[in-house]
Amino acid sequence: MTDLATRIRDVIDNEPVALFMKGTPHMVMCGNSQRALDALRSAGAPVTAVDILPDPRIRQELSALSGWPTIPQVFIKGELVGGADIAEELAASGELERKLADALGDGYRSAAAEKVVQVV
Amino acid sequence: MERLEALLRRAFPEATDLRVVDRTGTGDHFHVVVTSPRFDGLPLVEQHKLVYAALSEPMGDGTIHELRITTRGRE
Repeated sequence: MTDLATRIRDVIDNEPVALFMKGTPHMVMCGNSQRALDALRSAGAPVTAVDILPDPRIRQELSALSGWPTIPQVFIKGELVGGADIAEELAASGELERKLADALGDGYRSAAAEKVVQVV
Repeated sequence: MERLEALLRRAFPEATDLRVVDRTGTGDHFHVVVTSPRFDGLPLVEQHKLVYAALSEPMGDGTIHELRITTRGRE
């Protein structure tokens, strides 16, 4: 595995909720990344965001790891949940909150604050 | 749009509902809807991966700039 792939893997495995997106929560650069972020926030998810735009290799390595071709990508406790459509669908049905509680415990809303990490 | 529909029909011949919507009228932002018994019991992430796989060619050659996916199991 490349160093970059190892760092991406590390974020996926160690952050409670990882969102790979275009831009950051403070400056979102794509409508679909915004949709995924909004869905996660609506469920109170402690989001750790990674901006994939600084280096095209981030997206390549990420998709190679996850088998998911597009951005955004949402992971909960190391498991790929999906992209913006799935995040929205799960948030609307209430399943996202159940998933978060199952994976992170009932107190997941206060478990961590939204943050941004870099992989390059 | 016909090309996407043909690729999806080939990948999901058993689909009971299959639609491709050109969201912006510009031939590059699509919403596809597939209802198929093949999705029964599969997590959404795996359902959407099957759709991406069926459309890997137009995804890869730049035909599709944005793809929204709605999948359903048996109705």
